[in-house]
Amino acid sequence: MFSSEVIRMIGFGLLETLYMTLVSTALAYGIGMPVGVALVVTEGSSSPFMRGINSVLGILVNLLRSVPFLILLVALIPFTRLVVGTSIGSTATIVPLVIASAPFVARLVESSIKEVDRGVIEAAQCMGASMTKVIYKVMLPEAKPSLIVGSAIAVTTILSYSAMAGFVGGGGLGDIAIRYGYYRYQDDIMIITVALLVVVVQILQEVGMKLAKIGDRRIN
Amino acid sequence: MAQERPIISIRDLEKTYTSKNSQVKALEHINLDIFEGEVFGIIGSSGAGKSTLVRCMNFLERPTNGTVFIDGKDLSELTKKELLTARQSMGMIFQQFNLLMQRNCIDNICFPLEIVGMEKSKAKKRAYELLEVVGLSDKAKAYPAQLSGGQKQRVAIARALATNPKVLLCDEATSALDPATTHSILALLKQINKEMGLTIVVITHEMSVIEEICQRIAIIDESRIVEMGNVIDIFTNPKTQIAKSFASPGGDRPDRVIGNRLVQIIFDGNSSFEPVLAKTILECKAPVNIMFADTKNIDGKAFGQMIIQLPEDENLSNRVLAYLRTQDIIVKEVEESV
Repeated sequence: MFSSEVIRMIGFGLLETLYMTLVSTALAYGIGMPVGVALVVTEGSSSPFMRGINSVLGILVNLLRSVPFLILLVALIPFTRLVVGTSIGSTATIVPLVIASAPFVARLVESSIKEVDRGVIEAAQCMGASMTKVIYKVMLPEAKPSLIVGSAIAVTTILSYSAMAGFVGGGGLGDIAIRYGYYRYQDDIMIITVALLVVVVQILQEVGMKLAKIGDRRIN
Repeated sequence: MAQERPIISIRDLEKTYTSKNSQVKALEHINLDIFEGEVFGIIGSSGAGKSTLVRCMNFLERPTNGTVFIDGKDLSELTKKELLTARQSMGMIFQQFNLLMQRNCIDNICFPLEIVGMEKSKAKKRAYELLEVVGLSDKAKAYPAQLSGGQKQRVAIARALATNPKVLLCDEATSALDPATTHSILALLKQINKEMGLTIVVITHEMSVIEEICQRIAIIDESRIVEMGNVIDIFTNPKTQIAKSFASPGGDRPDRVIGNRLVQIIFDGNSSFEPVLAKTILECKAPVNIMFADTKNIDGKAFGQMIIQLPEDENLSNRVLAYLRTQDIIVKEVEESV
């Protein structure tokens, strides 16, 4: 049905998509995780300084989350050029992907940690645990199943963002779908790339859910 | 039992919660000494402030005013780090157990030891010892979700004991458990108190818990301590309305008993297994009418009170009264009440 050239192109696109998605997710967690933790820890603190940090972070997160990704993608082109030297290709796409998804990840992490029973945190404080120890030994391990579910949501969202980057020459399956399927009306390529995206999302989501369930000691 | 050295001293403690538009006084004028090695109860209805009080003892809540001394140290003068160390000398257990759900029993017990930085192998060894103390050696690898409420509380007790604390704070520790399990947990606490000489502070709203293990109690009502003393004294002779309602949850008796020639008999623990009333009736050959009775057996002694109505015949009733006064009980004539 397809020439070997097209198959190679789609295969390469798939790899590019996975590369963008996974690297962006990792980097987004690198930023979003500490921000999410900070949002929880500083909320309702008795110190005005901490509450200040909380509002600043909160506003920043909301601001970035409310900008449509496509706009952010274009607006960030100069910045992307500054960081990676080019604004085209999958590596360049990682920059706006990380900036757009880190605040989203921060909110996911925040809500996961908030699910941890207040009483358990209180118990740790009773034992003389410092804030750092509470974070590393209680909040994060206790929230682990929920954090994994969150990461499955994040990774699929980032994947769909990465497809959008095709509009500005971002590379990956989305790029192929737009260039061949949309601009050249090659429906078969469009369908196959979209189908591949569906399968990848499906797999990532399933794996995430399974991991969360296996690791959860509350149910077994 | 209780040595006269206070391990927890609270002076003029006050806690006020301030929100934007209002101030809520959670505690005021709290003065309290808890001695080394005793089991001290704090009882009060929900919202009376007892949980806040226990949280002030380890500064999870900072008092608005007043001082808390633990083992002679004023908590408010400690640095952050010293406060964390001071907390390690106080264990705490909770109504909802608050175990780490993602860790098994052994790792839960190791948790406070990790915080103090104990070597892993040593911590494990200590955890196994403690698991044996609470009778759960076979559950070492089980996760909290696989345990019953009573078992969870046992693990929580083992965890609280891990760092060899001087004080164990129990915040409604048995309120989520059924009576049989409550009894077994209290027996365990009693045993720990006796064997390790650990001071235990019990917060509860159930008088039965107090009766079972406490030597002294404080009754908290509307943010203040309204009565404090030996359990037996407060039980037999409650002064305040709230103390009365805890001492006999059936109702605040004398006022409700209608009739005349009423006599209140108080059993204060001297008359153990003497069938006082039956003997009175047989001795005086006079019928008496029991209007109210609420007696309990604490440590094999009778505590509580009865209200009886004497026979109409004055001679007969005087004879009964005279006989009762020769017995080891407190006898009070009660005014004709409505």
